[in-house]
Amino acid sequence: MDISIIIFLLGGLFLGWSLGANDAANVFGTAVGTRMVRFKTAAIVCSIFVILGAIISGSGTTETLGKLGAINALPGAFAACVAAGVSVYLMTKAGLPVSTTQAIVGAIVGWNLYTGSDTNIRVLITILGTWVLCPVIAGVIAMGFFTITKNYLLRRKLHILRLDAYTRTALLLAGAFGAYSLGANNIANVMGVFVPISPFTDVSISNFFVFSSKEQLFLLGGLAIAVGVFTYSKKVMFTVGNDLLKMSPVAAFIVVISHSIVLFLFASQGISNFLQSINLPSIPLVPVSSSQAVVGAVIGIGLLKGGKEVQWSVAGKITIGWFTLPVIAALISMILLFILSNIFNLTVSF
Amino acid sequence: MFGLNKSSLFSDTKKLEREIDGFVDILSEVGLVFKSIVPTYLNHSANGKFEEMVEKVKEMESKADKITKEVEHTLYEETLIPDARSDVLRLLEHMDELIGMYQGNCYHFSIQKPNFPKEFHQDLIELTETVVNCVEALCLTVRSFFRDIKTVRDNAHKVTFYEKESDIKFSSLARRIFDSEMPLDQKMHLRYFVEKIDRICDQAEDIADEVQIYAIKRSV
Repeated sequence: MDISIIIFLLGGLFLGWSLGANDAANVFGTAVGTRMVRFKTAAIVCSIFVILGAIISGSGTTETLGKLGAINALPGAFAACVAAGVSVYLMTKAGLPVSTTQAIVGAIVGWNLYTGSDTNIRVLITILGTWVLCPVIAGVIAMGFFTITKNYLLRRKLHILRLDAYTRTALLLAGAFGAYSLGANNIANVMGVFVPISPFTDVSISNFFVFSSKEQLFLLGGLAIAVGVFTYSKKVMFTVGNDLLKMSPVAAFIVVISHSIVLFLFASQGISNFLQSINLPSIPLVPVSSSQAVVGAVIGIGLLKGGKEVQWSVAGKITIGWFTLPVIAALISMILLFILSNIFNLTVSF
Repeated sequence: MFGLNKSSLFSDTKKLEREIDGFVDILSEVGLVFKSIVPTYLNHSANGKFEEMVEKVKEMESKADKITKEVEHTLYEETLIPDARSDVLRLLEHMDELIGMYQGNCYHFSIQKPNFPKEFHQDLIELTETVVNCVEALCLTVRSFFRDIKTVRDNAHKVTFYEKESDIKFSSLARRIFDSEMPLDQKMHLRYFVEKIDRICDQAEDIADEVQIYAIKRSV
């Protein structure tokens, strides 16, 4: 493989690494931060399920991003990934709970604008709509789960120690589901732009199983996320567990499961097909923000508790992020594309 | 798998549940023994039964100490209930102090042999009964904290009720002691005993208040 291809892929792998470092904390942060689950256990489960989710269910969201703008040259994809990574870094530094999803969408639109390609406005509106829907749905699901769980626990009268043991198991299972959903939903952000120009070829194993080039890309992206989980997420997990989300382990479980369901809903081809088959509007398969799903779930629980603990400033920051992050990512993407094509004489589109 | 052994987690949990339940049982039983110890002392202190009962309280206190240490070890070694661990341990320690107060009272009776005139016997027995009822209500409060936080407030309210009753009985008895014709040193001596018994209720009420706070923290 050409060395330049590896360098260009590094852009996506960097994005994967940062996704693993940051978003794994949304799945296992509270469990690890409150010491309900050991970091090593969380990291292993998270890595395995992120990779499985990416390979098995990652196609749907990738297709949607592809419809928004099919980047057709590796340097272009590299610029989009780096632009997304840099803009997420800048916004995180500014204290805004943003996501790679919004960044990559902005970066793709930036590529479209720079290369004069059409932006599919319908797809763009669908994507923007899901950003608003994601925290709202997460909040509603969390409110439902919270009410059911609270009533169930009050009726069951479980001993505090028994409840602790069940919660640990539940956190681990919900974390595994969350990691699977994260891989399925967010792999598009990491590797989506490389799919149309994948440098890999399909590998057939004894004519029985075909490991497609797309799946190979997703495996690579999944591994990058896993490396991010192992190398950098511990610190973020403890921050999430101890500082941001001060809540009971049971409430933490509800947040994780609500977040996981939302990410799964927006990534599951099966659910989307099922809804269509019974003449209901299908769910768009769009990469959504894991952090914003968590914030939505936390706000949902906060509202049920009377709303006093709800930090509306965080909700405000999310809204700011919806507008500013894609714009910044698009601008950085265009600047990088300009540098790559005019200074390095690289082809950023065909 | 992955450092989370499910069967060991659940067996540790069941063992600890039994130990904590056993600890609360001891507090309740020590109270019941104490309820019989006072009339036994007042009526038959010489026949040896009283000392036998004091020895029983001592054994139960040692058993409670052992359980506290075991629970402390397991909770920290297995990192169980991380969010409520310190509350549970503090609760057990304070309940252990309560058992210690019962034991202290028994020893003081055994060593100092206070001379309560017959006219105060019934009042002292009633005060003791109220104190034991108060601790019984605390045992229910603690059991609710572990299993059914919804009823913590109701049971804690009973503790407060008995504590007030105990204060009234203590004041009345102390007043009667000082109004009597006994020499001052004897009055002071008897007041010391009455006060020590009443203090058990104060400690029980403090623990019940603590439990109510822990229950709020524990709510989902």
